[in-house]
Amino acid sequence: MEDFVLSFEDFTVGRRFPLGPMAMPREAVIAFAEEFDAQPMHLDEEAGKASLLGGLAASGWHTNAAVMRMMFESYIGHSTSQGSPGIDHLAWKRPVMAGDTLSGHSIVQESRPLKSRPGLGIVRFRNEIENQSGELVCLSEFSVIFRMRDESRGAA
Amino acid sequence: MRMIELYPIGQRIVLGDLLFTPEDIVRFASQFDPQPFHMDAEKARDTMFGGLCASGWHTCAGWMKMMVAFHKAEARRFAAEGIAPPRMGPSPGFNDLKWLKPVFAGDTVTYSQTPLTSRASQSRPGLIINTGLAEGVNQKGEPVLRFESSVIEYA
Repeated sequence: MEDFVLSFEDFTVGRRFPLGPMAMPREAVIAFAEEFDAQPMHLDEEAGKASLLGGLAASGWHTNAAVMRMMFESYIGHSTSQGSPGIDHLAWKRPVMAGDTLSGHSIVQESRPLKSRPGLGIVRFRNEIENQSGELVCLSEFSVIFRMRDESRGAA
Repeated sequence: MRMIELYPIGQRIVLGDLLFTPEDIVRFASQFDPQPFHMDAEKARDTMFGGLCASGWHTCAGWMKMMVAFHKAEARRFAAEGIAPPRMGPSPGFNDLKWLKPVFAGDTVTYSQTPLTSRASQSRPGLIINTGLAEGVNQKGEPVLRFESSVIEYA
């Protein structure tokens, strides 16, 4: 397994990690909305049609959580990730409709060691997420902290 | 009425409290963010966090949950008081989101929202873009989450 672990050093500028595909089925859209974002356009087809979204659409926070899962499967889940300090900006460019399938890329923008925390480095990514028609649905830029390779082997 | 008339710029609105139980943390993480520090208290000890803590996306979803609950209560108040409710639309996104401290199992987060700006959309006539400072503070008074939210309002 160790060979598959991605450390800070592996996140070189320009490297692209494919995301998805991941389906956003109707039941999942409604279940997420019932717990966290119970607005009519995320719960009901007719209410969605009457809104700016044009149909039953996923909560933007559901889309973000689904993208997190795609990132986990692509690289975070076999990396030395120590979590994220935050998101510089995120834009929901287009609604994610119930039944859509999401895919995309995480692209490394920048990477530097953390001076304050030896053995750790911070990587800035850009996420480009699209639907099954190739339409951009979400753009974001954010950072993740990773352990460096020597540190991770020392801890193993 | 417009949002800006109902909720003045700079005036903080307390939305409500949300308890993050270990069960809720693990349930959210299993579905969306199964990193060891969100899944297992033992494994979390060896990480930067030092204990089981909620996915940052879970703490954001908690803000949305409290926001929706607040506006539902407000809709009832408007109906009772004969106030025309603001016509709110979807959000175009957010900026400068910071997970300032981990939200650990057993923490209670108090969420709030402070209106920052309200302006007519340049690209879409008839729409207003409202921005606000979204915040979450734990039971010790420590800020755990902060971001600049935005939401569309129909003029």
